[in-house]
Amino acid sequence: MAYLIESDSGTWEVVIGLEVHAQVSSRAKLFSGSPTDFGAEPNTQVSLVDAAMPGMLPVINEICVEQAVRTGLGLNAQINLHSVFERKNYFYADLPQGYQISQYQYPIVGEGTVVLDMPDGTTREIGIERLHMEQDAGKSMHDQDPKRSFIDLNRAGVCLMEIVSKPDLRSPEEAGIYVRKLRSIMRYLGSCDGNMEQGSLRADVNVSVRLQGATDYRTRAEIKNVNSVRFIMQAIEVEAARQVDVWESGDEVVQETRLFDPNRSETRSMRAKEFAHDYRYFPDPDLLPLDLDQTYVDKIAANLPELPDAKKDRFIVDYGLSAYDAGVLVADKETALFFEEAAEGRNAKLAVNWLTTNLFGALNAAGKEITESPISATHLGGLLDLLADGTISSRIAKDVFEEMFETSKDPAAIIEEKGLKQITDTGAIEAAVDAAIISNPEQADQVRDGNDKAIGWFVGQVMKATQGKANPQAVNELLQTRLKG
Amino acid sequence: MGKLNDLTLAEARDGLAAGDFSAAELTEDCITAMEAARNLNAFITETPEIARKRAATSDARRARGEALGALDGIPIAVKDLFCTTGTLTSAASHILDGFTPTYESTVSQNLINAGAVMLGKTNLDEFAMGSANITSYYGNVKNPWVGPNGEDLVPGGSSGGSVTAVAANICPGSIGTDTGGSIRQPASLCGVVGMKPTYGRCSRWGTVAFASSLDQAGPFARTVRDNALMLEGMAGHDPKDSTSAPIDVPNFEAAIGGDLKGLTVGIPEEYTLDGMPEEIQALWDQGAAWMREVGAEIKPVSLPHTKYALPAYYIVAPAEASSNLARYDGVRYGLRVEGATLDEMYENTRGSGFGAEVRRRVMIGTYVLSAGYYDAYYVKAQQVRTIILNEFNTVFEDVDVLLTPTAPNAAFPIGAKMDDPVAMYLNDVFTVPANMAGLPGISVPAGLDKSGLPLGLQVVAKPFDEETMFRAADALERAANFTAKPRYLGGQ
Repeated sequence: MAYLIESDSGTWEVVIGLEVHAQVSSRAKLFSGSPTDFGAEPNTQVSLVDAAMPGMLPVINEICVEQAVRTGLGLNAQINLHSVFERKNYFYADLPQGYQISQYQYPIVGEGTVVLDMPDGTTREIGIERLHMEQDAGKSMHDQDPKRSFIDLNRAGVCLMEIVSKPDLRSPEEAGIYVRKLRSIMRYLGSCDGNMEQGSLRADVNVSVRLQGATDYRTRAEIKNVNSVRFIMQAIEVEAARQVDVWESGDEVVQETRLFDPNRSETRSMRAKEFAHDYRYFPDPDLLPLDLDQTYVDKIAANLPELPDAKKDRFIVDYGLSAYDAGVLVADKETALFFEEAAEGRNAKLAVNWLTTNLFGALNAAGKEITESPISATHLGGLLDLLADGTISSRIAKDVFEEMFETSKDPAAIIEEKGLKQITDTGAIEAAVDAAIISNPEQADQVRDGNDKAIGWFVGQVMKATQGKANPQAVNELLQTRLKG
Repeated sequence: MGKLNDLTLAEARDGLAAGDFSAAELTEDCITAMEAARNLNAFITETPEIARKRAATSDARRARGEALGALDGIPIAVKDLFCTTGTLTSAASHILDGFTPTYESTVSQNLINAGAVMLGKTNLDEFAMGSANITSYYGNVKNPWVGPNGEDLVPGGSSGGSVTAVAANICPGSIGTDTGGSIRQPASLCGVVGMKPTYGRCSRWGTVAFASSLDQAGPFARTVRDNALMLEGMAGHDPKDSTSAPIDVPNFEAAIGGDLKGLTVGIPEEYTLDGMPEEIQALWDQGAAWMREVGAEIKPVSLPHTKYALPAYYIVAPAEASSNLARYDGVRYGLRVEGATLDEMYENTRGSGFGAEVRRRVMIGTYVLSAGYYDAYYVKAQQVRTIILNEFNTVFEDVDVLLTPTAPNAAFPIGAKMDDPVAMYLNDVFTVPANMAGLPGISVPAGLDKSGLPLGLQVVAKPFDEETMFRAADALERAANFTAKPRYLGGQ
């Protein structure tokens, strides 16, 4: 649905482009052998190269190159066989070299496409402008001492992929779906863990607004370093509203860098001095141009895992799922895996319901991820089997499910243990039905008078009397014969 | 026994092998010479204890019958641009005050592995920026040769200390770096053999960077043979330097000793400069004649864009330097001059830590890379560089080596050319093209000017063809029979 802002002068649409910085999953940094583990003691993962000691030289980490190529392929993008590392020069205390090694004129990945799965089941294609590799900077801590700043170089030199979208996004919601989709693709590929709370994924958000129907872009503002999907969406919302106000009041939006303050829900201009850099890019003479051959790229392409879009299509075809259900399942690689294991050879629709309604609900309430689920995919599949062959009713199944979530036990064992097997013995059901009719003559008369709703009430009574173990279908049939036959 | 520091490297090698003297004795004479020559200011840090220890280790190794190659037990001097574990490494700059590396440069480590004995760290122009060794924070170096009226002369630069250590017979070999001529030009001005290898022949890892795409380490020695022995000890592929060539190091010494039959020597006509002293032109002609006499074919060649090499160099080198020197910011090591803000600390530190010439080049480099000027300067200079490289490639289809003068003048008095940086930059006019094209070049002392000061001739060869370069240089050296000695020898 279109995201539009109404104002006195008309209806505005918002134009959004994202620069997502994704930390590459690699054991070592982009140009040094230092480890990249998150959460280590400050300055314990710093080599001579990372600290920019005199005479130190960068040597490219081939794993990082492979991850960038994999990601490019995952974005259906052009892989550039020739790319160049350049120096982006600026002074800051957490940038030991005095320059960041990045790709500028010749990035490793060119144009590509990401497909968004919208909630209404439709899809939207978002263009990728480029992906390039670069070094992360260290971390400055200004809150440790009243006068001094502390620097942690653990992150300095870690490989980032900057993924630049075209200005194709039109709403905060699309921006959120886009970032989640990127994250999903990279997690499938194993090229970025996507942990936003650890800073593995951050975004610079470019926002402009224009009157609906306009084709020209108006001046944009860049909101720097937003680190959660929710904040990205909020930032777009407040920035778009601000820009509409600016244009409305007869002023002009200025091209500038802004910061999003989630506490006050506003964006603020950064002082011009903080970003008015002339980065003086030039090719890094310490590194040769990165020249790949096509067979190397082909080999990586041949070994790519099935990605979300392909998996979604397959789920629709193989399991007869709706586009929406398939989209929900494939968004997370682990969920998709879980589903396939639980649904294989079973009623897929039933599997989706149990997974998305019951299991997701329980996991959510327990604050757990699918990978931490106390119920394994095999056990959930077992529960579906017990339902399918009539061993338990769906009411009992809910209780068994709860027990499974508590104890991680096999559903068959729980049923055995608790005597929850469905009663299919006709004699026992007949006895219970007869008892119910005899004790409730008024309701029996109502049924005989044609009140079908009352049949449901009788089913409930019988189920209660049998602790839910009677087969509801059999109970219903017997009641019909006894009362109306 | 005579003074062992006067021996050539090959002589010292043979003497050690024959047991005529020990590495400890050789080293002791060199230490004595180093101390006696302190007035030349060739060393920033003397390391006699390291030298004695390594000499003793060498002697013990030899006693066990495990002597290494030619350099085992040979005292050498190391330009203070190579990082050395536990020894101050200053780049002759105030900004590296107190910087003692925890690591050894690949080149100096290779020499340690070959058994060489480090006498000390030699003086240089600050960050290797200069052609007279007058920009050092540690004061200028004096050329062991003196002017006709007894005046002190510059040794050339930037490797002024390393050239002086060899020219003054303090030690038989030393190492320097050459970005635009910083080995060959001082070699010419001090009457010794200095060579810059092909770019990529020696690792740059652990050497303080000036201009990464031009910097190469290389040796000084008093003979071509000694120079070849030194290079063999320094060179080799290093996976820690992405620009280091994965090429084996040949036996360079084996390339020398013969005539020049079958060799074609190119004489590039564009190396004749207006206003160049006649005696340099005469020496150049003489050099060609000598080479012809021992069998070479002499062929005039043209390198039309030569005149653009120096201006292009003074864009590329400062551009890279402005970025390479950004790490000296007072944050992690070296000098820090506090300020109220981070920016102020940078300004105070870099303002007082860098000398005038370094500041000038950082500013030039920053300017040529800045928005709006990048295409006009840096990109254009790189295009010139490509043209120069292509011209060399074309010429090398017809000739094996080129013969040129090394420098446009002999050593000049300390204080001359001080107020005119461009005049100073012209010192590198004949050496810079080889750096721009990454080619190996060697300066051989070939004669004296009318004031009795040494002049060198340069042999430039194809990439990774140092063997042919040494072969030609050796023939030139024998023909020139340069025997003149500077006034200050071993501090006498």
